[in-house]
Amino acid sequence: MNGVHDMGGMTCYGPVKPEENEPIFHAEWEKRVFAMTMLGMGQLDTLDAFRHAIERMDPTHYLSSTYYEHWLAALETLAVEKGVLTPEELASGVAQETGKHAEGPLPPEAVPAVVQGGAPCRRTEGRLTPRFSVGDQIQARNLNPTGHTRLPRYVRGKNGTIAQVYGTFVYPDTNAHGQGEQPQPLYSVCFTAQELWGPDAATTDDLSIDLWEDYLDPA
Amino acid sequence: MSHDHPHGQSAHDAPPNPYLEKHATPEQTAALEKRVRALESLLVAKGLVSSDTLDKLVETYENDLGPINGAKVVARAWVDPAYKERLLKDATAAIAELGFSGLQGEHMVVVENTPNTHNLVVCTLCSCYPWPVLGLPPTWFKDAAYRSRSVVDPRGVLRDFGLELDESTAVKVWDSSAEIRYMVLPERPAGTEGLSEAELIALVSRDSMIGVARVEKNPLH
Repeated sequence: MNGVHDMGGMTCYGPVKPEENEPIFHAEWEKRVFAMTMLGMGQLDTLDAFRHAIERMDPTHYLSSTYYEHWLAALETLAVEKGVLTPEELASGVAQETGKHAEGPLPPEAVPAVVQGGAPCRRTEGRLTPRFSVGDQIQARNLNPTGHTRLPRYVRGKNGTIAQVYGTFVYPDTNAHGQGEQPQPLYSVCFTAQELWGPDAATTDDLSIDLWEDYLDPA
Repeated sequence: MSHDHPHGQSAHDAPPNPYLEKHATPEQTAALEKRVRALESLLVAKGLVSSDTLDKLVETYENDLGPINGAKVVARAWVDPAYKERLLKDATAAIAELGFSGLQGEHMVVVENTPNTHNLVVCTLCSCYPWPVLGLPPTWFKDAAYRSRSVVDPRGVLRDFGLELDESTAVKVWDSSAEIRYMVLPERPAGTEGLSEAELIALVSRDSMIGVARVEKNPLH
């Protein structure tokens, strides 16, 4: 989706403003949203679907709200879409039907294993043989899908070089839409700053971005 | 940069940004607190989460994870060349040697600053960040200004942080668009040869591991 979240290259947001001695969370509700998402999302849908739910926010709301409001919006969206909550329950805050979720909630003792174990996305099945090798010249495809993608607009149609072959990884463009992981090779692709931003960019500079094989053509 | 490269000026020429000041009013915060309490009670009633487990997860990210982990990795790489070699070759495994692993750090890559190269990490599409080594990201990393401009005007963004690079220094930007998480190995400052590993750890800032700062011998500010 060519959404407002795809903001690489825009210069309209002013200077970066770091906050001195910033707390990890700014309010109690942020802690609860963070934890509910981390512990509840896995039972609703994939991380890619969660990201796409954020991307589907109203763009003016996206830009005018904070990070954990994005998470809250996506969590509510998916809880309703996946049938865990009805729209009426969400609006009223009152559960019409209480019930045991199939897996039940994780106990507190499970938290260290969840945090330290993580959720790796490299796979040993799927498309295992990479089409490209380090040093190959590629062109990022000019794709404009209406669904989720991790191919930002600012690299589309640009020529770059394969810098690393990372292995076979879950493909977000399908995994966000209930179409399975369809793992395929992932690459670090390096673009010169001048290729991306034109002749005024510094000749010394470059940018590397991680792109799946289906985002790439030979140059 | 010289006047030939007006990078960074665009940010200062931009009109006042209506979206930058997102500090919620007390009324907005109260409304969010209420809405989130309602959502939590619903998800607990449905058996999706339990409040005790939510507490435990929050405590973990408030107390057990943070940039001190990354600082330990950096200091070890500075004092132990064999460790540094392993870190640059397979960061996930080398970081796990020090006990750090897990969510949002399953596939780590560490990129090294040198006298001629400066690395800068961003996630333009969301806010991907290496949690096991740096903890949860600061707000500026998640805000539009940083996410949008780091790729097109990295030198201007670095200037926002007070870091002016020579024109001869190559800037390498890393946009974490997939599930690889990047951390910068900053340069060890001159004059720290006599410091112990513990003293070195204290010098390494979060910002230096994102790539928006250098490590200073005397970090007074």
